[in-house]
Amino acid sequence: MSINITLIGQMITFALLVWFVMEYVWPVLFAALEERKKKIADGLAAAEKGHEDMLVAEQKAKGLLKTAKDQSSDIVSLAQRQANEIVEESKNTAKKEGDRLIIAAKAQIDQEVQHSKEILRKEVAVLAVAAAEQILVAEIDKTKHQEIVNKISKRL
Amino acid sequence: MATEAHAEEGATGYIIHHLTPLSVGEGFWTLHLDTLFFSAVLGGLFVWFFKKAAENATAEVPGLVQNFVEMMVEFVDTQVKDSFHGHSKLIAPLALTIFCWVFLFNFMDLFPIDLLPAIGSVMGIPYLRVVPSTDLNATFALSISVFCLIIFYNLKIKGLWNFSKELLFHPFNHWLLIPFNLLLNFVEYLAKPISLALRLFGNLYAGELIFMLIALLPAYLQPVLSLPWAIFHILIITLQAFIFMVLTIVYLSMAHEEAH
Repeated sequence: MSINITLIGQMITFALLVWFVMEYVWPVLFAALEERKKKIADGLAAAEKGHEDMLVAEQKAKGLLKTAKDQSSDIVSLAQRQANEIVEESKNTAKKEGDRLIIAAKAQIDQEVQHSKEILRKEVAVLAVAAAEQILVAEIDKTKHQEIVNKISKRL
Repeated sequence: MATEAHAEEGATGYIIHHLTPLSVGEGFWTLHLDTLFFSAVLGGLFVWFFKKAAENATAEVPGLVQNFVEMMVEFVDTQVKDSFHGHSKLIAPLALTIFCWVFLFNFMDLFPIDLLPAIGSVMGIPYLRVVPSTDLNATFALSISVFCLIIFYNLKIKGLWNFSKELLFHPFNHWLLIPFNLLLNFVEYLAKPISLALRLFGNLYAGELIFMLIALLPAYLQPVLSLPWAIFHILIITLQAFIFMVLTIVYLSMAHEEAH
């Protein structure tokens, strides 16, 4: 168990090993490690950003949905109002038309009545003449009437 | 020592045989071939594995290998960031290398204790000690390298003047206490590499010894004992690698900070 020249050999070997590791192994491995660390960090950051983007988009979608809802309800209420207006207008039109029709009918009826009255008057006159004829026929007294006729004739 | 051990038989011979490194040379100029070989192979394995992962690294969904390597890198990086507040291109790769290399050293401990030496002896290798961290040379190589870096960064960040001042006037800011401060700091600085190296060595050496002692028991007893010890050792080897790494980071961050 003696210290001897082996020590020097071992020291040389050690120095060579350290030199080699320092020169060719450590920097390469460490660079790879750093690069992966960076990649992972970037990936995580990207994921975080994606998450934030999603939140923003969700918020935006909510806003859009709300606007659309508002708009559609506006449209519905507008349509309702319009429909009401149309109904009201047609009601008015119908009423006016009805009134007009009633007035026309009344005028016609009056006219008819007038017409009928005229006819009746004419017929009554005819009837009265006929009746008067009948009466005249029945009432004529030849002697008496002869006298009158004779008187008139004498004067002639 | 090697030759006498070879001659001995029985339990002592077995243990000494296992603790004897495959070496060439004499005295200080001895080379522990097994330590050098296994640490180089394990270092190569580590570098190859991580290099491959680095080449194929993408920022896309990672594969199994990349995931594992990245886990290690992030783990080490977290440790460095927790304790080290300066900026350094070196310290994190250094910490990663220490952790993985020491862990692989220690992991050799979990191979069956006789497996690799038996294969070695078939191939004509008389001694084979497969766990490099049971060799003081390996642990001291690490800790002395770290110590050199501590001194280097102390000089680089603080400058020679401030560093000397810190050694002379810290912790007691009085000129009369300069020798005492110097002694204290000397011990403190020296204790760092020694404790680093001996902690790792001691833990693994002791762990290996326990495995050897278990291997000496009758065959039917061995699984009962070596299984819990091996499971416990999974914790030990990771912990030792971790401690070595964290202490290195701490020492180097101390070198970067100005004394108060």
